[in-house]
Amino acid sequence: MSYREPLQRQQKQTIVSGVLCFVGILVILQLWLLTATMNAHLGGDNSVVVPAAVASVICLALNLGLLYYLYQLDQRE
Amino acid sequence: MVDWLKPKMRYPDGQPLERQPRWRRDFPIESGEDAYVARRDFVKFLVLTSAAFVTGQLWILGRAILGRGRGALPRTRIAALDEVPVGSAKMFAYPGEHDQCLLLRTAPDTYHGFSQTCTHLACAVTPDFENNYLLCPCHHGYFDMTTGQPLAGPPQRPLPRILLEIAGDGIYAHGVELRT
Repeated sequence: MSYREPLQRQQKQTIVSGVLCFVGILVILQLWLLTATMNAHLGGDNSVVVPAAVASVICLALNLGLLYYLYQLDQRE
Repeated sequence: MVDWLKPKMRYPDGQPLERQPRWRRDFPIESGEDAYVARRDFVKFLVLTSAAFVTGQLWILGRAILGRGRGALPRTRIAALDEVPVGSAKMFAYPGEHDQCLLLRTAPDTYHGFSQTCTHLACAVTPDFENNYLLCPCHHGYFDMTTGQPLAGPPQRPLPRILLEIAGDGIYAHGVELRT
C-alpha cells in the first residue's frame, strides 16, 4: 500500500484555484447557453432547446464532480 | 450545517475547537487558510449558480413542450376594410387581450400586422409612416415597417408578424409568426 503525503497548503490553494477556473468557465458557458436558448425560443425556434438543456446538465454534472473532488481533498487529511 | 461540510481545522495544541480559547472559536480559520477557504466557498457558490442556470434551461424546455400542445390560434376580426386610412395604424389585441398589436396600412391594398412589443425589452413600438419604420422609444430601436426586421438599435429579433386575411367583411387575424 503506497503512502500518500498530505498536500501542503500552497498545493491545495493551487488546486482550488485551478478548480475555480474550470468551474468559472463552465458557468460562463452555461450563461451563454441560457441566453442563446431563450433568444431562440422567443423567436419561435425550439430546435436548440433540448440540446442546450442536455449540455447545461452536463456542465452542472462536471461542476458537481469538481466540487466533490474539493471535498475529497479536505477529507484526505 | 452538516458535519462533513464543515472544514476540518487542526489547531497548534491539537485540541478540538470546543476547547480552544474564545478568540480562536470566534476566528476559527487561520490567516494562511483564509484564501483557500474563501476560494472553496466561491466554488460552492458558482456550482449553485450552475444549478440555477440548469433550472432556467429546464424551464425553457417546459415552456417549449407546453407550447406544442396548443392548437391553432383563433380567427379574429380586427378592423373593417375602410376603417384604417392609408398611412395610419390601428391598435388591436391578438391573440390574448394583453398581446398588443398594430395593423398598419401603408398603401390602399397593403396591410401589415405586427406585435407592438419590442423584442428588446418589451416597450411599445410606434409607427413612423414618413420614414417607413417602427420606432421603439425606450432604447431607440428601429424596425422595418413592411418586414418587421430590426434596422438599428439594440433589438436583434424581428417583430412577430400577425398573419392577416383580407375578407369581404373586414380584416381578420388568424395567426402569429415568430421569427429569429
